[in-house]
Amino acid sequence: MPHSLSTQDVTSPGGLLLVLAVLIPFIGVLAGMILGGRGAQRVAFAILAAGLAIAIAIADALVQSGDTVVYILGDWAPPLGVALRADGLAVIMLLAIAVVIGGIGVYARGDFGTPPGVREARAPLMFWLLLLAVWGSLNLVFVSGDLFTLYVALELLTFAGVPLVSLGGQPETLRSALRYLLYALFGSVLYLLGAVLLYGAYGTLDILLLAARVHPEPVTWAAAALMTVGLLAKTALFPLHLWLPPAHAGAPAAASAVLSGLVIKGSWFLAVRLWLDVFAGVVTLPSAQMLAALGAAAILVGNIVALRQARLKLLIAYSTVAQIGYLFLMFPLAAGLAAAQIDSTAAVNGGMLQAISHATAKAAMFMAAGLIYTTLGHDRIADLRGAARALPMTLLAFALGGASLIGLPPSGGFLAKWLLVSAAITTAQWWWVLVMLVGGLLTSAYVFIVVVRAMAPAPEGWTPRARVPHYQQVAVLALALCSFLLGMAAFCPVDVARIGRAVVPEIGWP
Amino acid sequence: MNASTLFGLCAAALVGVGLYGLIVNPQPLRKILAFNLIGCGVFLLFGAIARRGAAVGMGGDPVPQALLITGIVVAFSATALAVALVLRLFDETGSVTLASDAPAKAQADPPDA
Repeated sequence: MPHSLSTQDVTSPGGLLLVLAVLIPFIGVLAGMILGGRGAQRVAFAILAAGLAIAIAIADALVQSGDTVVYILGDWAPPLGVALRADGLAVIMLLAIAVVIGGIGVYARGDFGTPPGVREARAPLMFWLLLLAVWGSLNLVFVSGDLFTLYVALELLTFAGVPLVSLGGQPETLRSALRYLLYALFGSVLYLLGAVLLYGAYGTLDILLLAARVHPEPVTWAAAALMTVGLLAKTALFPLHLWLPPAHAGAPAAASAVLSGLVIKGSWFLAVRLWLDVFAGVVTLPSAQMLAALGAAAILVGNIVALRQARLKLLIAYSTVAQIGYLFLMFPLAAGLAAAQIDSTAAVNGGMLQAISHATAKAAMFMAAGLIYTTLGHDRIADLRGAARALPMTLLAFALGGASLIGLPPSGGFLAKWLLVSAAITTAQWWWVLVMLVGGLLTSAYVFIVVVRAMAPAPEGWTPRARVPHYQQVAVLALALCSFLLGMAAFCPVDVARIGRAVVPEIGWP
Repeated sequence: MNASTLFGLCAAALVGVGLYGLIVNPQPLRKILAFNLIGCGVFLLFGAIARRGAAVGMGGDPVPQALLITGIVVAFSATALAVALVLRLFDETGSVTLASDAPAKAQADPPDA
């Protein structure tokens, strides 16, 4: 497609925004490190607002131009230089992450804020710095158009995510952090090996140039397999999920929300980028089926293990394992639609919506669990009595988030599963429908158990251990509502996800 | 067999040995060393590719060499972070193991929230 390639070589209007989206959070990290304590918190809030504005401006530039937003670093065109590109998928993720980070930031003010008169401590400072670092690295993952830059972005994401796990400093969380780091390093070194093989075979690391050059041969298959396995380890797809539950459940609630809602989406997004854009002509339907089979196993195992958990945070962490499975169901569906010469946008949109609705819902649920823990002093599911009385808004948020995970209309999860199910029926892959339905039933079982336990009346004379600030409850509810009302995206006038994605040969441009 | 093939095979062997060590060894420090071994293999492979892909009259393709240095820095920072975590874990518990049911900790409530 010569037209799209020629326009990809020059910086488009608004291209500089992509640089800002990556740089601003990291400038915040450096400024926060210098200012320290309360200064870091103030910087973080300023950056949260600025970053959201930048994400909206990028989305505006994308919709106005109707094509990918591109920035060519130093005016060196891709074979030699490096490009930043934001197509529809990237912009959707940028926006969603900006919103979720904002919600988490407001919530974290309660847990990691340093009010006047309180001594400045190390953990809050680190939290604010790492929050910004996670954001900057995620933005880099979404906009970078070069496999090696993506490797660096993934590593930055890991280095920002691992200390979040061990923020509390207890031996158990240190152990989970170390286990997470080892899995992540295993993943990233395999990814790098794949990237090196691709460079050796095709002489470029730029995604668009690679997409035009790759053809099915053993070295491409080896590279694709290595990179995919590496990314699966980082995304914690079954059976490489063992590091996730202890790491996500042991971290402080705000950090769990970042890790479970956002960090795993980075490596997942990269897998989508590789399978849909780079290796579109190389991967076969059976290999995509295998990926989705792992996803289906994750849905079943994750949900069943979640049902057996005694602690709320572990339950939510195992539910993340299950929800990651849904994210991988889109691959055979998109490949199947493409093979049948049908527009595969429906399946891709379903996967993206699932990612966003899970990000918002899971962040809200982890933060709700954090509030419940603060109020009750524990998070044993069997003793949640009285939680609904003390925290009605939070429990509503938990239920709305749960509804989105189950896939009740009008939630984002409903629309996502609807798109995936209809894609599965169109391509005659009914077994994925079955998996999604069983997964939805199991999800509803554990959400129901938690809500029913929490609705039980408190014993006589019971008082909450601690009061939580009102704004924290509002932040949690706002994120849960985002997830619950995401289904309204069906009425969005522009199909943002397909802007700038004409480069995939199978997808017909209208 | 020319030099780049030889180096390529050495790289493959290093990656293989490293992967084996990373998966099989239970001790974190050995796992970190194994990760570095895989890293060395990848970097060696990249060097061999740089040599093979060089244009006529040039000693090597400069792009992989530039990327290699970045890769080494990243692997170095990863190792530093991992070793820092291991040291901290040793300070806290007196032993370094990844098994989650360490003695005397099995029944204790994980102090999370």
